[in-house]
Formats: sequence, structure tokens, C-alpha cells
Amino acid sequence: METLSRPFHWLVVSGIAVGLGWSAALSADTPDTLTLGYLGMERPDDREPLSVLDPVLDDEGLQGARLAIDDNNATAQFLDQEFVLHEEEIAVDGEVGEALERLIDQGADWIVSDLPAEALLELMAHPALGDRAVFNARAPDDVLRGESCHPNLYHTTPSRRMLADALAQFLGYKQWQRWTLVYGNTDEDRLLAEALRAAAERYGHRIVGEKMWPHDPMSRRAEGGFHAIQREIPVFVQDFPEYDVLVIADETDYFGEYFPYQTWAPRPVVGTQGLIATAWHRAHESWGGVQLQRRFEDLADRWMTPRDFGAWLAVRSLGEAAARTGAVDRETVLDYMLGEEFELAGYLGLPVSYRTWNHQLRQPILITGPRMVASVSPQEGYLHPRTPLDSLGADEGESSCRF
Amino acid sequence: MSLLSSRARRPAIPPVALGLALGGLLALPLAAQAERIFVSNEKDNTLSVIDGESLEVVETIQVGRRPRSMAFSHDGSELFVAVGDDEAIDMIDLETLEVVRSQSSGEDPEVIRVDPNRPYLYVSNEDDNIVTVLDYEARTRVTEIPVGVEPEGLGISPDGRWLVSTTETSNMAHIVDAERMEAVYHRLVGARPRHAEFTHDGREAWVSAEIAGTVSILDMEETFDVEHTIRFEVPGVPRETVQAVGVELTADGRYAFVALGPSNRVAVVDQQSYEVLDYILVGQRVWHLALNGDESRLYTTNGVSGDVTVIEVDGLEAVKSIPVGRFPWGVVVEP
Repeated sequence: METLSRPFHWLVVSGIAVGLGWSAALSADTPDTLTLGYLGMERPDDREPLSVLDPVLDDEGLQGARLAIDDNNATAQFLDQEFVLHEEEIAVDGEVGEALERLIDQGADWIVSDLPAEALLELMAHPALGDRAVFNARAPDDVLRGESCHPNLYHTTPSRRMLADALAQFLGYKQWQRWTLVYGNTDEDRLLAEALRAAAERYGHRIVGEKMWPHDPMSRRAEGGFHAIQREIPVFVQDFPEYDVLVIADETDYFGEYFPYQTWAPRPVVGTQGLIATAWHRAHESWGGVQLQRRFEDLADRWMTPRDFGAWLAVRSLGEAAARTGAVDRETVLDYMLGEEFELAGYLGLPVSYRTWNHQLRQPILITGPRMVASVSPQEGYLHPRTPLDSLGADEGESSCRF
Repeated sequence: MSLLSSRARRPAIPPVALGLALGGLLALPLAAQAERIFVSNEKDNTLSVIDGESLEVVETIQVGRRPRSMAFSHDGSELFVAVGDDEAIDMIDLETLEVVRSQSSGEDPEVIRVDPNRPYLYVSNEDDNIVTVLDYEARTRVTEIPVGVEPEGLGISPDGRWLVSTTETSNMAHIVDAERMEAVYHRLVGARPRHAEFTHDGREAWVSAEIAGTVSILDMEETFDVEHTIRFEVPGVPRETVQAVGVELTADGRYAFVALGPSNRVAVVDQQSYEVLDYILVGQRVWHLALNGDESRLYTTNGVSGDVTVIEVDGLEAVKSIPVGRFPWGVVVEP
């Protein structure tokens, strides 16, 4: 079609329309377009996973958004709708506002954010944003769902508290109720340690000892590094009282991977390494998950990560709401998305939907080892008057979010 | 052996009843052979064969990897089973109960259906967004029909004119003209549609949706639109676990049965008024259903508890559970 000159193109279209009547004329209409802007931030140079088995990724999040655009358009083609994605990536500590303005210039009416909390707050405060809705597909900070919540901000990635609650429920099911807690020296780890303490209290666990791992990140490839680690860790943890599990809070992945098999007492390691709570994992294939994993790998040539999944959920939420309402305007789409009818299939066994009081997507959380899924929370028996999914994360009554 | 001993323990049969039973047998010599029920065990790579009289597993058939949907050939001599991880359809000789051949099916076959008029087998290929059409006599691939993302459920009208393909991520029922081999209508249904079943008169197609927990009724005569949506509410069970999967419809137009997944219930629906009449407690994660020949019994596969529940249709009561292999998925009754 590109080779046809424009007037000739129009002749062809109108000829078909006249020849085949109404249905052909309908399909020649321009589709309703929903335009999204994806806003990410470069990976800091010093952020690499500790294990050399984990690839260093520079397109995390973005590939999830791209896949969801494809998924949306596969349905949209039958409904005279169309989804378009524009992409921007800023440097570490780069200008959020400029990137936002570039996206808006290209027509972006909806923003998917793969920004850390601080940059996301900057985005929310930027005057150019207007009434556009922003999907937080990356930042787990509870404060974004609490006192810093925003009526135009939606969270598809689980909060730290949701992850901590999911893990605490599984440990409750196992009756592993005496924890020791080792957390890193970053701000993220201190926040996660807080969430873990709250989860332990909510689900009747006892933290019998806790310590901060005081060291700076070690070199990823130091030869024979484990010789030092093998001696260091048992000494570091040997004065803990008797416990069932050692819980690690190391979000930036700089030391936790060293802990399994190196503890003084023969106890499992859980938390951010060892047995982890996560929104998505390659080992997960139930409930059609294998289909999503394969589609993603065909597109991105790598495994899908939780950040990819968060972005995928954001774009798919819009796809689902637009398909159901037959509309692409902001008000109709958001009304449906927050309503009782909205149910998105997230390949996690239960439909996912948005909490009206803080716009967090309620979702099941995987409990998984490095190579095999162990369970999915919420665990059986943890009840909630609305839905068992609301047993994960801050509940309506305790949320400090007021829109 | 177990058959003989269980018969020996039965109370003596009154002579009159015996005479009636014998008379029945003489009039219908085929009824002498008990029905066989085939269950695909997704995790074990086997089919369990249940004897319809003793209600016990009498045979286990080794098949390819990840067996799920099953269908019988026209002449009833073979049973086809989609073996997803082998990307093939295994074909089982119903006399020897052995896999006699295997036909390549395209990627990840899940649901299969047999055309009532031609030796065609329709296969939904989840990974490729197509329905593959195979000729199981000529052993060729006839064509591929493009549909939405993740095709799963397939239903075929009794006259073979229409095929309904449901796509799990597009949340659509694609209505395929089986002559042109082309999807001609696309209708939104509930989230993650799983299964499509035509009423025996061909006027409606019932499409279940797992995540929405609904059944959409499509008019297959004029509008091809969703004309009604059935919702399910099981008292005391979390809404999210009420997930609609397998659907069976009685030939007399009276009942519809809907498997409700991890809520561990089968819903009984009035096929005419669409009213939900009852919920029957069965095994864990009930997935697919099959009525027997005279529709006196309904068999359910229960994936998590690894068993089959037998429901008496008269009285709507679960009367027995039969342990089978790991993760039973589909069930069919030999015609």
C-alpha cells in the first residue's frame, strides 16, 4: 500500500466501500486510537545482579509494555481500536519534565512509568502532566500508596508491604514463625525491613534477631570470593538465638545471594534471595503463564521480569477497559477500570483489579525458589471480608491515602 | 477379578427384575458392553479408562506428553488426544487401547474437535493464534484459521456449519464459517474464555469464561451476538475462585452443567431459562465434564484432588469419586 500515491489510495478505498457496502465502509474508518507514553530511567552502572548467571538488562519494563501493546492490538483490530506506544528513557537523575513533554508532544494521553519513587513523584508534580493517568510499574514504595498517593496515579507493581505479607502468609502456612532478619545498608532495604516487621506482626511471627549487613557492594567477579564469604557469614549470624528462617532484605542484590548454605544454623534463607516473594518469575507457568512467557521471549529474546510484568499489566489494563467500553476517552476508561466489572486475566489464577482507595492493583504473589515455584499467596485460610487478595498490603482502614 | 468378586457380594436379584434386565439385554445387545470413560491425566502423560459399570479404573494408557483434550473419530474406532508438549495428536485404537499413530498438530495443541461431516480435526494452537485444521484420514494439514491471542475453546455446531473459537487474551468468541474456513464474526465475552459448547439443536453456543466466572450465550441463528450472560455465586466461597470452565448440555434441552474450577462446584443451570438451579460439591479444581450415553450420569475431572466425581443426573447428586492420575484434565465417554 505504501507504493500507492495518496489520491489513488483514496480511490481504491472508496471503490471498495461502494462495492461492498456498509461493512467495508466501516472497516475503512480510522480506528479510535489510545496513545501511551513509556517513561523509563537508565540503569545505574553499578547496579548489576550479583550472580553471573543473571543477565544485565537495559530494557526491563519497556519490553513488557511493547508486548502488551501487541496483545491489545490483536483484539483492538476487531473493534476498530488501536494502541500506540511512544518511548522515552532519561539518564540517572535526568530531567523527568523534558521527557514528559516530548511524550505529550507525540500525543501521549497515558503514561507508564518505570521510574524509581523519587523521579515518579517529580513526574506527578509536573504541571505538563495535567489530568493524565500514570501507571507506576516499578516503584514498590508504600508511601506512594499511602500519604504520597495521587488521584491520577495507579500502581501495577506490588508494594513492599504486599510482598512481605505474601511471604509472611507462606511462612505461616509452614509454621516457620521465628525469624531472624538481615537487611542491607541502602534506603530501599531499610524500607523493606520495615515492611517485613509489619508483616511479621500482622501474621503472628516473631523476629528474634536482626542485623544490618554493613558492607558495600563487592565486585561481582572477584576470583575465589566465596572463600572469604564462607568464613564471614557464619560468624556474622552465629549469635542469633534459635530461629526457623533467616529473612534477607537486599533489594539491590548486593549481598543476599551469598547467604544460602553459609548460615551457622541449617536454616532456609528467604526474602529477596533464596525463597522470594515476587509478582513474576520465569519458573511460573501455571494458569496459562507459559503462553505469556513464550510470547515475551519471542519478542524480547530474554526472560520476563517483574518490571516487565508491571508494565504489561498497565498497558493491558487499558486494553481491557477500552475493549469492554468501546471507548478510548479517559473518563470512560478509568471509570470502568476502577469499577466492579473490571477483571483482568493476569495469568495468576485469580482476576486482578484495582483497589479504589489507593489505586493499587490487587494481585496474587508468587513464592518461588530460584528454579521452581513453591506456592502462590494469598494462602488458603487467610480470610478477608472483601477478597482474600486484600489480605496482602495495607488495607482500606489502615491506608493513609486520601484522594 | 474385582468385577467377579463385587458381583458375588451383591444381594440376590429378584427373578422379575432379572427377567426384565435380560429382556433389555436381548433387545439391545450393544448395551451388554459397559460404557468406557476416558480421562486425560495432564501431569502423568496417561489416560485412565474407567468402566462405566464398576466405576473403577480398568486400564491406563501411556500417551505423549501433556495430554489434554480428547475426541472420537467419526466411525468410533479411534480416540484422539492432544499431547501439547509433543505438538501432536495421538490416535488410540479403541480395541487394543494403544497409540497406533500420531499426527503433527502445530505448536501447543490444547483443545480439539472433530467435524461431524468431514474427517477433519480442529486444533487450537495457543502459541500461534491460529486454529489448525487437520485431515485425520489423509493425514494432512488442510488449513490454518487466524483468530485472536491464545485460542483455547472450540465448539462445533451439530450440522458442522459453524465453529466457535475462544481466545483467552483477546477475550473473544470468533465465529468461524466452516465452509470458508474463515472467522466472520468476533464477539467479546467474559475474561479468559475457556470452552464453547453448542446446544443440541444448534441454536446457541455456550461460552464459559474462567476469570470472569461467567457463561455467555451466543445466538447462532441470526445475530451471532451474546444474548445472555450467566453469573454464578456460590454461598461461602470467595468470588475469585468461582471460575467457569467445562460445559455440558443435555440433549433434551433441560440441563446445562458448568464446571466452576477451584470453587470445587458444578453448577446446574436450566438450559431454557438460564436460571442457576443448584451447585454440586465435587473434587478440587473441577475442570471438564462429560455426560454418559443415556445422560443418566455426569463425570467431572478434578485436577488438584486427582479424581473423577460421578454425579447422578436424576437427583443431581455426587455418588462416587474415582482416583485417577495426576492432574486429570479432560473426560469423554465412548459413544
